[in-house]
Amino acid sequence: MKKIFTFIKDFLIERIIFLCGILAIIFVFLIFLFLLNQGISFFGAYSLWDFLGGKFWYPASDPPQFGILSLVIGSLFVTIQAALISIPLGVMTALFIAEIAPPVIKDILKSVVELLAAIPSVVIGFIGMITLVPLVRKLFNIPTGLSSFSGALMLAFMAMPTIVSISEDAIRSVPWSYKEGAIALGATRWQTMYRIILPASLPGIMGAVMLGMGRVIGETMAVMMITGNAAHIPSSVFDPVRTMTATIAAEMGETVKGSTHYHSLFAIGLVLFIITFIINFIADTFMRKTRR
Amino acid sequence: MVVKIQVNNLNCWFKNTQVIKSLFLSILEHEILGIIGPANSGKTTFLRCLNRLNDLNPHFKSKGEILKDGRNINTIKLETLRQEIGMVFAMPISLPMSIYDNITYGAKQHGIKNKKELSGIVEESLVKASLWDEVKGRLDQPALQLSGGQQQRLCIARTLAVQPEVILFDEPCSGLDPISTAKVEETMINLKDKYTIVLVTNNVKQAARVSSRIAFFLMGELVEIDTANDIFVKPSDRRTEDYITGRFG
Amino acid sequence: MSPRITQKIAFSLLFLVSLVVFIPVLFIIGILVSKGAAALTWEFIFSMPKDGMRGGGILPAIVGTLLIVLCSISIALPVGILAAVYLNEYAKDNLLTRIIQLSIVNLAGVPSIIYGLFGLAFFVIMLNLGVSVIAGALTLAIMELPSIITTTRNSLNNVPASFREVSLSLGVSRWQTIRRVVLPNALPGIMTGAILSIARIAGETAPILFTAAAFYVPHLPHSLSEQVMALPYHLYVISTQIPNMPEKITYGTALILVLLVLILSFTVIILRIFFRKRYKW
Repeated sequence: MKKIFTFIKDFLIERIIFLCGILAIIFVFLIFLFLLNQGISFFGAYSLWDFLGGKFWYPASDPPQFGILSLVIGSLFVTIQAALISIPLGVMTALFIAEIAPPVIKDILKSVVELLAAIPSVVIGFIGMITLVPLVRKLFNIPTGLSSFSGALMLAFMAMPTIVSISEDAIRSVPWSYKEGAIALGATRWQTMYRIILPASLPGIMGAVMLGMGRVIGETMAVMMITGNAAHIPSSVFDPVRTMTATIAAEMGETVKGSTHYHSLFAIGLVLFIITFIINFIADTFMRKTRR
Repeated sequence: MVVKIQVNNLNCWFKNTQVIKSLFLSILEHEILGIIGPANSGKTTFLRCLNRLNDLNPHFKSKGEILKDGRNINTIKLETLRQEIGMVFAMPISLPMSIYDNITYGAKQHGIKNKKELSGIVEESLVKASLWDEVKGRLDQPALQLSGGQQQRLCIARTLAVQPEVILFDEPCSGLDPISTAKVEETMINLKDKYTIVLVTNNVKQAARVSSRIAFFLMGELVEIDTANDIFVKPSDRRTEDYITGRFG
Repeated sequence: MSPRITQKIAFSLLFLVSLVVFIPVLFIIGILVSKGAAALTWEFIFSMPKDGMRGGGILPAIVGTLLIVLCSISIALPVGILAAVYLNEYAKDNLLTRIIQLSIVNLAGVPSIIYGLFGLAFFVIMLNLGVSVIAGALTLAIMELPSIITTTRNSLNNVPASFREVSLSLGVSRWQTIRRVVLPNALPGIMTGAILSIARIAGETAPILFTAAAFYVPHLPHSLSEQVMALPYHLYVISTQIPNMPEKITYGTALILVLLVLILSFTVIILRIFFRKRYKW
């Protein structure tokens, strides 16, 4: 009797374990479903074409306009600037940590990178707002420091931990024999690094960069605090911009539940979800390549 | 003599490599069957077929039947089968808990909760494994503090504690010094009256010292099986002779 | 230029670049400590806000954050552990497992604001939980699931396979083997992973923006179905929405938030060293 009881208990628990195992799939699916569901009611009231192609985001005017072109461009504009800054810096730092730094400096640098990863984005946004923003304004002599450039600097900094630590893994996983071969042929350590190690670890570094960019495009709080939040297509890097994430975060609190404006924010969420899904998928493909 | 385990036409594969080829073999009750042979001859795979431990490997496939007391082992509940056919591994693997907990671990899972009964099992198993005198005063200490030889006898005691009928020994002395080895061998001989024992070993002399019968495996095939005496004095196969006289392997 | 000199220049350049990462972090910590330390008084930590949050303490925000974070980890931890058990102990190498892994990667990459949207639509509105501690905790629980699953899985993987074989060979069932042998020995790794994800979600703002956080609540929470103040959201509010905010309070709030996160992270490091010494096999 006791044995039968144990048997049933084991059976039940193993069902529960299986359920928890597939929970990740369920949640990804649910998230997509809810965004889609809420977003689709928006497209009942507003045309998909005007949404994707419209330049003006005036949800409060009459009639309201829900064109997300300026928001998408805002997000991409900040992300691309952040990438241009963080990719070279991140990869070089990773190279320094993995190949050049003596053990003590390496440990210190790595813990600082981890420390940076642990600082909440709202804190970084706050510090950036009171130090970086005035600095940018003075340095470039522009009317406001709340600009896409300030945002990009901050985001580049926040993407560092992801880019550095994953690139470093990729660089370290280059087989020792590659380096030995080059050194044996009389190449200097630097020559070995950029001719052998960098190309060999490129897929991993690409994965790191993609993951970093996924982080950047999804970042909300710091961006909202620093980029100025003006919904128009920027003409220079010192113009303020408004990203998709900041729009959702800033406006959701003020909308009426169930209104077109409310649904339009879900529609932005859907666009953002699809963009990050693609970025993550590419990142994962690169990472898989390195593992092999 | 009663046949405890009957193996009929057993074939095993890992991925596409066949590691056991049409094996027929009987294991008699209360004997020590020694299995010798060079590395990769399928000895350990065969042993792990008997308690279906190979099933853990997703690349493992097998055909043929193994009967225990006349019943196909695939029809016996896995937990019951493994309780009845115990195993002692090559390396002494103590679980990271106390000596006492190591021994009662299996019994508790089989539903014995009574403290007195458990203490009785601990003493009985340790006595049978010839370890009682060495550890009786410190049962609550971590098992990992014991020496290698003591740990291996602890593993034997742990196997005995779930009351098996058959015990499989997978090169149980490969990591032990000669004195510990002698103690484990002595323990095996003492256990023979109550249990059926299958001993896989790389050490031909050890097989000769403890086994009632010896089977010689080569490249997944059973070359020869005979009493310990006969196989050493007049092996019927040339390859057996080469192996036991140390010409290869 | 000789290769030697090129190398010297290149190495110096790489060193300088590393400083570009290094110095701002120290700068941030430095400025927080120097300007926020003055605010770190018992009164600031243990009293209610006053004068439209321009005075007094931040106790409700601290309590709110701790409450949300503890709730979310107690939801995510058991689920995440069981999911990791499935992947490491039961899952076969097949399509389903591939899809699960892809989903985990994706869940880890979903922007935090999207979790906020999902939490709002699913927990707050559809399950009718309202803007509450529990809705925020559930939202954060899903968000931390990927990291809990990954760290737990790694520590399960580090438990020697021989332990499982020994247990199974004694006729102990698969689940009991996992429960009695595998999980206890993986516990240190699971614990450090859990604390690490607590540290991470304690600073999250976007997911609780529409699901749990309140602008101002003048009392401590009475139940899990109330909305609460939370440290990160409070920092956002006082640094952007309220004019004439005393500098001391904003810096003090930021410093406490960072300290909370760092104390948790250091606990992890110390635990790791402690367990590395104790668990050797």
